Amino acid sequence: MAELKVKINNLELKNPVMTASGTFGYGIEFADFIPLDGLGGIIVKGTTLRPREGNDYPRMAETASGMLNCVGLQNKGVDYFCEHIYPQIKDIDTNMIVNVSGSSPDDYAECASRIDALDRIPAIELNISCPNVHDGGMAFGVTCAGAASVVRAVRRRYSKTLIVKLSPNVTDVADIARACEAEGADSVSLINTLMGMSIDIERRCSRLSIGTGGLSGPAVKPVAVRMVWQVARAVGIPVIGLGGIMTAADAIEFIMAGATAVQIGTANFIDPTVTIKVRDGIDSWLDAHGCRSVAEIIGAACH
Amino acid sequence: MKKYVLDLTVSAVERINEKYVLIRLADDKPLPDMLPGQFVEVRVDNSPTTFLRRPISISFVDRSRNELWLLVAAIGDGTRAMASLAVGSRLNCLLPLGNGFTMPSSASERVLLVGGGVGVAPLLYMGAEMRRCGCEPTFLLGARRSADLLLLDHFRRYGRVFVTTEDGSAGERGFVTNHSVLQSEHFDRIQTCGPKPMMVAVARYAAAAGIDCEASLENMMACGVGACLCCVEKTTEGNLCVCKEGPVFNINKLLWLN
Repeated sequence: MAELKVKINNLELKNPVMTASGTFGYGIEFADFIPLDGLGGIIVKGTTLRPREGNDYPRMAETASGMLNCVGLQNKGVDYFCEHIYPQIKDIDTNMIVNVSGSSPDDYAECASRIDALDRIPAIELNISCPNVHDGGMAFGVTCAGAASVVRAVRRRYSKTLIVKLSPNVTDVADIARACEAEGADSVSLINTLMGMSIDIERRCSRLSIGTGGLSGPAVKPVAVRMVWQVARAVGIPVIGLGGIMTAADAIEFIMAGATAVQIGTANFIDPTVTIKVRDGIDSWLDAHGCRSVAEIIGAACH
Repeated sequence: MKKYVLDLTVSAVERINEKYVLIRLADDKPLPDMLPGQFVEVRVDNSPTTFLRRPISISFVDRSRNELWLLVAAIGDGTRAMASLAVGSRLNCLLPLGNGFTMPSSASERVLLVGGGVGVAPLLYMGAEMRRCGCEPTFLLGARRSADLLLLDHFRRYGRVFVTTEDGSAGERGFVTNHSVLQSEHFDRIQTCGPKPMMVAVARYAAAAGIDCEASLENMMACGVGACLCCVEKTTEGNLCVCKEGPVFNINKLLWLN
């Protein structure tokens, strides 16, 4: 048994395996399939200051080794989360982390400050990278100034661990990561989905209601590994890697590219027990290779 | 209800015609409880182009043989791969998912089960479970042509069966909503599953006749458990997940009639 514990700022993770926002509900949806307390953390569905209905159906299209979605941050708002969902999830013995989105820096900051008051939520993940909303989301994550403005506003009103989720739909992701670090982000997670599109040639229109969507699944993994590698070399804060992880070997690639922890997203739709399998697979791999801890291989490929 | 992820064994693949197959799945252990109207998310391992699971209605649960029946229309790569499964192979299934149809409150309740195409699938199990409770269902089943009327002999075991075909090759010609039984008899409740235009027509008929009506939806979905929010339907309560809050909805909750 290798040491699986890792740290993201002050946040101690039992193991490096977390779930990605928007793919795991609030965790409770998967409680029949896996012991939730066996995970390093659960990033719950994107939460905004006010309720959002999201985009129209259809919101999903299956693609080669992946899928597109344009859900558009459907959620019942932060107050509903605090009153109705938090009581159901606060005693799950893992890091319950809320993904926060907004349409202005003040929106993000207000939402974050309400979550700051919840004892059992030790961290938030700022979503400045959602490709499926017009008002905010990725608009902030594609420029250094935009990213900095959100992180600055939130940092003033949020005291705990602050993770910023980065968009791959940029020219230089390392620049954006550095801007977030400079404004006090404790960690960055990447990648959010890659903007994409799929057309139904019989109907001669997009398969998605708003035209474009975000691509996830194994199709994006090489892009994600490359970006994690670039960002890990550019910043001093811990990096959380995600994008198409289906197996322990995939997760280890991200860790070797410089990620301290990983998130598993779309794979949960294919196998709801995948997270635990990845955790156990990392453990076995470390044992088989004579490694005493995950820490030993973080950034192993960053030469 | 507790959900399971099970590797079930294919015990039979019965080819009904060039488009439809009935897959029977068995397990060593007793199958979990399942309700009529619930569904299964099937992982398709033998199709390289199929990434996501495929949601398939529970068509029947044969308790005596410990078998689960899935009626599948082979229309895409995933369902075609399912149709070509060999007996003895394994099929990874999440089940049971979603909410079922409302069961009759008394044996005297007159329930009409209206199905179209492959949408007849969940109505077989519904009819069988109703019959177990002492309530005889009436089935009204529609198809394009007689060859696409599915599992008729099975339906006849549990209740009266009325049929429509679009080409008139069996039963009354036309759509289910044109069938004369709707004029000649009274029903307390209608439960329907099939193509959306058919279900909307059934819902309109039910609403106009003042009959309680439930419809089972089949929006495209990914996770099947209410996590990804891809399969939403607009309702009086906002966007709801067909996989978790459905797939069965009372038509009063849907915005089809507005």
